[in-house]
Amino acid sequence: MDLVTPGFGLVFWSIITFLCLLFILRKFAWKPILGAVSDREEGIKDALASAEKAKLEMQNLHADNERILQEARAEREAMLKDARDMKNKIVTDAKDEAQVQANKMIEQAQAAIQSEKKAAMAELKSHVASLSIEIAEKVVRNELSNKDKQLKLVEDMLGEATLN
Amino acid sequence: MKINIFKNVILSALFLTVFNIGFASETKEAGDDEKFDPKEMIMHHVKDAHEFHIIDWNGKPISLSLPIILWTDNGLITFMSSEFHHDDAGQEVVEKNGDKFVKFHEKIYQLNDGASTATFDDEYHVTNASKPLDFSITRNVFMMWVSVAVLLLIFIGSARSYKKSKNGVPTGIAAFTEPLVVFVRDEIARPMIGEHKYKRYMPYLLTVFFFIWINNIFGLIPIINGANLSGNIAFTFVLALFTFIITTVSGNKNYWKHIFWMPGVPVPIKIFLIPIELIGVFTKPISLMIRLFANITAGHIIILALMSLIFIFKTWTVAPISVAFSLFITVIEIVVTAIQAYIFTILSALYFGMATEEEH
Repeated sequence: MDLVTPGFGLVFWSIITFLCLLFILRKFAWKPILGAVSDREEGIKDALASAEKAKLEMQNLHADNERILQEARAEREAMLKDARDMKNKIVTDAKDEAQVQANKMIEQAQAAIQSEKKAAMAELKSHVASLSIEIAEKVVRNELSNKDKQLKLVEDMLGEATLN
Repeated sequence: MKINIFKNVILSALFLTVFNIGFASETKEAGDDEKFDPKEMIMHHVKDAHEFHIIDWNGKPISLSLPIILWTDNGLITFMSSEFHHDDAGQEVVEKNGDKFVKFHEKIYQLNDGASTATFDDEYHVTNASKPLDFSITRNVFMMWVSVAVLLLIFIGSARSYKKSKNGVPTGIAAFTEPLVVFVRDEIARPMIGEHKYKRYMPYLLTVFFFIWINNIFGLIPIINGANLSGNIAFTFVLALFTFIITTVSGNKNYWKHIFWMPGVPVPIKIFLIPIELIGVFTKPISLMIRLFANITAGHIIILALMSLIFIFKTWTVAPISVAFSLFITVIEIVVTAIQAYIFTILSALYFGMATEEEH
């Protein structure tokens, strides 16, 4: 049974040796080794994470660019449309105004023509009147150079007058 | 894992029974000095000794003398084991400070006052002597220190190589040790203890793993395989004791609650479970102690027994078979060196994990 009885001396030295080994290795071996390993693992993890982040950012940037392009295109469309509309409006406005102006001018012209016509008519009337008076004077003078003729004329005149 | 524990205990128990029977029959026919005694040879190799016996050359033993340190009633006494002149039968008496000492079956006895030689009873017990406290640097202690030196060399060297290399890339010996260290961390500590608490236990687990492993390997190296440190119950006892202490000290409320007042079962069962759980607290480290000790010792005994066949049959024709078998067992033992270190470490980690587990 000697084999399964722990010897006192070996127990004693094992405890001391193991404790020393534990403390020395912990301080000078396990700490630096585990530290280096975990530092490296952290580094790799960080690098992967930042690469992923950069990739995501790239994607975002791309999406942004696409969006901006889209917006610009839409804006251009809108501007073009506006311009076209404005052009159309201006043209129609101009047309309308021209129409109005033309109408006005025609009206004025008509009015002028009317008044000119009236004036001409009046002048013509007075001219005709004076001419007729002149003619009548001359005729009368001529006619009234003898008595017979004067009488005849009166008679004619009277006759005409009743006819009128 | 539980099945494994039982298997180990039963196997080791079987082994020891066989051994006792062998021992009993062996002693009866003892007396012939010339006769080869495989049991004695095997036990000599498996057990601890006060000198480092390397080889017998021309009938003379060549060995390394180791210091003997004794704590007697008169204080500390030290001398070299060579003063016994390789005697292990209690015949050579060494006198120091007026005290007389004999070495019998690798135990140091202090002879009672007045006695000049050791006397034995029928069962080969020394009758007229007492055993002083023996702090001797035995060959196991010696090999333990050698293994410590090797471990320090390897791992402080690895740690230094990290400092030299850029961005923590392992170079040199660290390229070899890092996978092992990472293995202990990722396959043993993390899954058994949990992500948040494993860091506290890493130094202990790593130290235990490599300490056991290197001593298992040293036990297999032919010339020095007399040093069977990890197959010595004192050594495994100390390691198991540390696991027990750490488990007990780091046990949280939840752990003790599971021992003294198991949640989720009726009150009579709770009371019934208290003694069982309490025994479990002690059987866990004891199973650790016995498993490592029995596995390593059994491996040594098998190899030595196979080699002994040659001398038992006294014919060289057995030698090829004997050598082939012991080679086979040695290869298995090389695997076992790592497996046992792994099992001891993973079970320790499991116990720490159980002790620190939070209520869920």
